[in-house]
Amino acid sequence: MKAYDVGELAVRNLRESVLRNSLTTVGISVGVASLVAMLSLGIGLQHLANRRLAKSGLFDTIRVSSRRDPRNFGREGGENGPEAAESPPLDESARQRIAELANVSEAYPEIRFATELRFEDKPHLSVVSALPSSARTTDAFEGIEGRFFSSDTAPEAILEKSFAERLLGTSPQPGGKDSNPAQGLLGKQLTMRYAERTAIPSPASPARSSNPADMGYSVSSREENLTIVGICDLDPDSMRGQARARVFLPLKLAEGLHVMDPSNLRDTTNVLGGSPTYAALDVRVGSPKHIPEVESAIKQMGFDTFSLIDATKNLRQFFAVLDLFLGIFGSLALTVASIGIINTLVMAILERRREIGIMKAIGATDGDVKGLFFAEAGAMGGFGGALGVALGWALGHAINAGTNLYLKRQHFPPAEIWFVPWWLVGGAIVFAILVSLVSGLYPARRAARLDPVEALRYE
Amino acid sequence: MSAAQGKGNGSVAVRTAELCRHFRMGESLIPAVDRVSLEIRSAEFVALLGASGSGKSTLLNLIAGLDRPTSGSVVVQGKDLARLDREELAKYRLRTVGMVFQSFQLIPSMTLVENVELPLRFAEVDRARRRHLCQTALERVHLGARSNHRPSELSGGEQQRAALARALINQPQLLLADEPTGNLDSQTGAEIMNLLLECNQSLGMTVIMVTHERSLAERYTERLMVLSDGRLVDDVTVASSTRSSAPGGTP
Ligand SMILES: Nc1ncnc2c1ncn2[C@@H]1O[C@H](COP(=O)(O)OP(=O)(O)OP(=O)(O)O)[C@@H](O)[C@H]1O
Ligand SMILES: [Mg+2]
Repeated sequence: MKAYDVGELAVRNLRESVLRNSLTTVGISVGVASLVAMLSLGIGLQHLANRRLAKSGLFDTIRVSSRRDPRNFGREGGENGPEAAESPPLDESARQRIAELANVSEAYPEIRFATELRFEDKPHLSVVSALPSSARTTDAFEGIEGRFFSSDTAPEAILEKSFAERLLGTSPQPGGKDSNPAQGLLGKQLTMRYAERTAIPSPASPARSSNPADMGYSVSSREENLTIVGICDLDPDSMRGQARARVFLPLKLAEGLHVMDPSNLRDTTNVLGGSPTYAALDVRVGSPKHIPEVESAIKQMGFDTFSLIDATKNLRQFFAVLDLFLGIFGSLALTVASIGIINTLVMAILERRREIGIMKAIGATDGDVKGLFFAEAGAMGGFGGALGVALGWALGHAINAGTNLYLKRQHFPPAEIWFVPWWLVGGAIVFAILVSLVSGLYPARRAARLDPVEALRYE
Repeated sequence: MSAAQGKGNGSVAVRTAELCRHFRMGESLIPAVDRVSLEIRSAEFVALLGASGSGKSTLLNLIAGLDRPTSGSVVVQGKDLARLDREELAKYRLRTVGMVFQSFQLIPSMTLVENVELPLRFAEVDRARRRHLCQTALERVHLGARSNHRPSELSGGEQQRAALARALINQPQLLLADEPTGNLDSQTGAEIMNLLLECNQSLGMTVIMVTHERSLAERYTERLMVLSDGRLVDDVTVASSTRSSAPGGTP
């Protein structure tokens, strides 16, 4: 029999006992919906966790420091590469070489210093930190009031919320979720006072001024006016466990200021050549899995590196197990549904015994009969699968809406805990059809093997 | 066309040799068909007679390829059915044999035209041709106007005519009828008999018909085979004078 005829006969047979077959189909769709629901939840949670981790910058960043840095002496991990004395300085050319390594997306100096900031003639002390423009995408700026820096050199500042409140003199009350310092601060001026360091040739040996050891430097007090453009909720560095910066500047602007951090001994003894050396570099790699190779390449260049172990790996493992369990629970409903299919088709065989006998008597092959039952099972699976995906999808949207409503009430940013990828939509329907076909295997075989003489023997 | 001309070539349509079909019922063995050897030539119209339980249906099913013999052989149009596998046997039923039953065996959920179309689907005939073939077949049995009715909406005679149209749709050489008039009154039974006769005489089909009624068999068929307890006990040719030689010869 041609496939078209098989399909046509199957559909008309399904329509013949429409109630029973619809109920079976609904059973399948509930099974598929539960499978989709479970897996989407797992995938959604995984996405959420991955996004948070990726945005934290914790696991795709390597901190690079010089071996000349006295703080690094005797540190672990310095076995390979040159000794401290022979190791190269961490200067601009080193930064460029590191930035050109494979899988490195960005290498920027860490600039962080404590200084005095004046707002409306009142001084405030804070740690200031510089941010590259790529920081724009971190989740710290997701709920930003105002905006991110307009450029990498703009004289602008972003304040952390608690510092902003301090500037305004409003201390955050417990549960004071409605305090909004943004109106009072955005667009206002902030004056940063800092010590600038300038290199001067040593008067003792002007002829050998090319030797950096003979250079000296002078320190002068400067001021920089900054426009407050944004106020962010979170400290993007909060997880790095260092002195928390509460004021942020664009990276290139901060670099150009040549700020000397008086609290940093190394800075004061830092030799100055044609190019400045950096205390540390932050190197961002494309993906956490490239961390080890990039790290060892940087070590080969003679620098010390530090990175957190790739926690996403453990996370992935955890989610694989979670998905498996959720999938098993989801499949349970589908298994029940597939028993429903078997039941429906076995019932159909009993009911259509005579019909099968007639078809065989007038020339249907075993394959024709088998194909017909398969097609009926497959059609129920297909309809059920499509319906189930739609059901699961609707359910997912409802749950998403519900969670977000709750999150909003609790003043949390909205989150997509439910995520249905396209492969799951297609996969679930195909899976439903496959499960149905497997369920149809036994009934179809039984129908095909039916003895026509027995079936036609009347009353 | 006379009956004698129909058998002009005289080739053998059906031959059975020592054909046995035994059913085991617990301890006892029922010889439903027992060592039956017969030969039916092309375009013959044969009646199988016998008491209830004598094995008529069993023999017909063996010839139809619906059942397998316990021993012995069935050869139809030179083909030994024992050598055919399940698939080939299905194709044999589809193309070589047409069957009509006492209880019509139309599929109740399908209209007449769909019932008649079914063998064409199995034979993978093009859709476009199918409709036309079905309509012609139904018109031949005078049911052209009822083609979209379901069997339950028709009288017994009409249902049997539709079943006959279905049996003939693939132009079989062998028409097997198991008590085709058993559920009909004598008037409608005669209509069916005339249609069978027409198939035999104008289409040259070999027809084997099972019946209880000797008088009906004598009136329409040319040869009577009598079964008793599974054995072939009598095989007589009917004198042509007692038969109605032309279709339409209703008593
Ligand atoms: N599947 C079976 N299992 C056991 N016995 C069977 C089976 N089929 C037929 N028989 C027996 O074989 C014998 C012949 O049956 P069959 O149906 O061929 O008779 P019949 O001549 O067609 O009778 P009727 O005129 O009543 O239709 C009967 O005794 C019947 O009980
Ligand atoms: Mg019988």
